[in-house]
Amino acid sequence: MALSATQTATIASLIEAEAHRQGPLLPILHAVQQALGYIPADAVPTIAKALNLSRAEVHGVISFYHEFRTEPGGQTTVQVCRAEACQARGSRALEAHAKQALGLEYGETSADGSVTLEAVYCLGNCACGPSLRIADEVYARVDAGRFDQLLSRITGRGDAV
Amino acid sequence: MSIRLFLPQDTTACALGANEVASALLAAAAERDMDIELVRNGSRGMFWLEPMLEVEEDHQRHAFGPLTTDDVDLLLRCLLDDLSVHPRYLGPTEAIPYLQQQQRLTFARAGIGDPLCLDTYTRLGGFKGLQRALQMDGQQIVDEVKSSGLRGRGGAAFPAGIKWQTVLDAQSAKGQKYIVCNADEGDSGTFADRLLMEADPYQLIEGMLIAGLAVGATRGFIYLRSEYPRAFKILQQAIERAEQAGYLGADICGSGKTFELEVRLGAGAYICGEETSLLDSLEGKRGMVRAKPPLPAIEGLFGQPTVVNNVLTLAAVTTVMAEGADYYQNYGMGRSRGTLSVQLAGNIQRGGLIELAFGATLRQVVEEFGGGTFSGRPVRAIQVGGPLGAYLPQQHWDTPLDYEAFAAIKAMLGHGGIVVFDDTVDMADQARFAMEFCAVESCGKCTPCRIGSVRGVEVIDKVRANVERDNNLILLRDLCDTMEAGSLCAMGGMTPYPVRSALDYFADDFQR
Ligand SMILES: Cc1cc2nc3c(=O)[nH]c(=O)nc-3n(C[C@H](O)[C@H](O)[C@H](O)COP(=O)(O)O)c2cc1C
Ligand code: SF4
Ligand code: FES
Repeated sequence: MALSATQTATIASLIEAEAHRQGPLLPILHAVQQALGYIPADAVPTIAKALNLSRAEVHGVISFYHEFRTEPGGQTTVQVCRAEACQARGSRALEAHAKQALGLEYGETSADGSVTLEAVYCLGNCACGPSLRIADEVYARVDAGRFDQLLSRITGRGDAV
Repeated sequence: MSIRLFLPQDTTACALGANEVASALLAAAAERDMDIELVRNGSRGMFWLEPMLEVEEDHQRHAFGPLTTDDVDLLLRCLLDDLSVHPRYLGPTEAIPYLQQQQRLTFARAGIGDPLCLDTYTRLGGFKGLQRALQMDGQQIVDEVKSSGLRGRGGAAFPAGIKWQTVLDAQSAKGQKYIVCNADEGDSGTFADRLLMEADPYQLIEGMLIAGLAVGATRGFIYLRSEYPRAFKILQQAIERAEQAGYLGADICGSGKTFELEVRLGAGAYICGEETSLLDSLEGKRGMVRAKPPLPAIEGLFGQPTVVNNVLTLAAVTTVMAEGADYYQNYGMGRSRGTLSVQLAGNIQRGGLIELAFGATLRQVVEEFGGGTFSGRPVRAIQVGGPLGAYLPQQHWDTPLDYEAFAAIKAMLGHGGIVVFDDTVDMADQARFAMEFCAVESCGKCTPCRIGSVRGVEVIDKVRANVERDNNLILLRDLCDTMEAGSLCAMGGMTPYPVRSALDYFADDFQR
C-alpha cells in the first residue's frame, strides 16, 4: 500500500528531527512507529536513503527487534508478561484467559481493529505479578476477572465484565 | 498550615492503584476544604505496601498502606486527629522492620522526595561525590573506585575500577570516549534499576558524570528498555533539569569540563542487555553480540573506548566518591564488597527491594523479609539471577549472597533478582520455558544457541509426552553441554543452567 501524502510528510519530518543524533536509526524507527502506529514498508527506502544505508540494512534492523511492526496494530496494545516472576504468580493461566477472551494469539489484532495482543518479557513489576501492560500503563496482580474488567474499558464492551 | 503527603509515582505503585488513590485524596480534601500538598515521590521499594502514603509530622514520616480509594475518607479524618487509629497505619516509615533492617546506601534516598527535585537531591547528600571528583584527576578517581572493590552489578561482576582503568588508558583515534549506562534490565525478577531511575534519577546522572570525569569521556548514553515508559519520562526530565542547573553540558558546575547525556530506548530485545549487542543497537544496528576482543573498553561505541556499566554500578560510584572507598568496602564479604540490591519477586508475601551488605543468606531474605509465599503454600524452588540463573532447591537456601558462593553451586547472583515459586510449580515447564526464551531472544549468531534452544523445547516436549523418555533426557543433557561449550555469550552459554538445575534437583517433574 502506497503511503499517503501526510504519511510521507510525517516520515520526512521525523527523519529530519532525529537525523542529527549519533546512531539515529532506532530513534527514527521509534518515532515513525509512534506517529503512524507501524513502520510501513514504503518508509524503508526513504529512511535508508536519508541515512545512507541499504534497504536491506534498515529492513534487517526492523525485523530484529520484537517491538517494531510492519503492519498496523490495533488501537490499543495489550501485553501479557510471560516471564518467570509472573509465571510464579499464575501468568500462564492469565495468558490462556487473555487469548481466549480476545480470541487472539500473540501478535494478532482483533477484527474490529481495537486490540492487539502481545507477549512481553518483564515489565519491572515482578514483586506484584501477574503483570499486564495496556498502552503505557502497567497493572499488577491481574487475574482473569481483573483482565475482563480492564478489557471492557478499552473495548467499551460491557459483556466481558 | 498545609499538610504534606507523599504518594509514589513508581510503576508498581501505580500498577497497584496509586493514581486512583491520589485523585481520590485530592478530591476528598477539596471537598473538606483541607489544605494538603501531595508530593508524588518515588517508592521506598516495599511493594507489598503500595500504594503507600506517607505523612510528614514533626519532621517524621508516618506510613499508611496498602491503600485503596475506600481508605481515603477516614485517612483525611485521621490526619486532623490521631494517625494511629487508621486500620492501615504502619507507624513511622523508618521504623518498619523491612526498611530498618536494610543497609541502604544506593537506595538511601529512594522514596523520600519528588524524584525530579534537585534541591531535595542535594539536601540529601546528592552531588557530594561529584564535587569531590571535580577536585581530583582521572587516575585518582579510578584508584578510589578500584580500592572500593566495587564489581559490576549487571551480572558479570567484573571489577568496575579495572574496566575504568582500561578506558582511561585507551587512546581514542577520534578523541572521543563514551560512558554507556546499561539500563536494559531484562532479567525477570529484577526492578532495582527501574526503581532507582524512577525514584532517584539524579544519582544515575551523577554516577555517569563521575565516570566521564574519571576516564575522560564527554558523552554518555543511557540505553533504557522500552518496557519502562515511566522511567523514560522521568529520565528525560531529569536530564533537562540537570542541564538547566549546569550539572550537564559544556561547563559542569563551572569546572570547564563537558558531559552531554542522552537517553535512548531499546525495542524489546533481551539480548540487547548484553553489552556488545547493546552497543550495536545504540549504533543503529541489529543487536548482534560481538566477539571479544576487542573489549568495549578499547573499541566500544562507534569504535571508541567505552565504559559500559549497569545502572546500579554507576549509582554505587556516587557513594564510593561521597563517603570514600573504605566506607563502601567495609560492607560485604569475601570479594563481594558493598551492598547488593536484592529484588524479591514472584510468589512472595512481601516482595520488594532489599539492599543488604553481601553475605545474608537466601533463606533469610525469603523468609525473614519476604514472609514466605504469597499463596501461603511451601516454597519449592527459587530462581536467582534472572532467566539464565539456576533454580535452587531447599538444600541450597543457606548459601550466602556472595558471587563466589553462588558460582560454587553452579548458580549466579547476577543482577540480584530472586524469584520464588511455591510447590505447585512444574519444573519441566520451567526448563521448557528457559529453552523457549532462549529461542525467542537469541541474536542468532551461534548455531548451538539459535537451533539448540529450539531443539531443547522439542526434546523436553518429548520427555513430557513420555516418548523415549530416557534417551531424550540424555539428549537434553548433551544439548546443554553443546550450548554451553559452543555459544559466544551467556544467552546460549547459560540457558543450560536453569535447565540442568531443574533436571538435577527436581527430576520427578520429568517423570510424570
Ligand atoms: C544475555 C545477556 C543479557 C544481559 N542483560 C543485561 C542487562 O539487562 N543489564 C545489565 O546491566 N547487564 C546485562 N548483561 C551484562 C552486560 O553484558 C555487561 O556485563 C554489563 O552491562 C556490564 O556492566 P557492569 O560491569 O556494571 O555490570 C547481560 C549479559 C548477557 C550475556
Ligand atoms: S550465544 Fe546466542 S545470543 Fe549469544 S551471541 Fe550466540 S547466538 Fe547470540
Ligand atoms: S516478570 Fe513479569 S513483570 Fe517482571
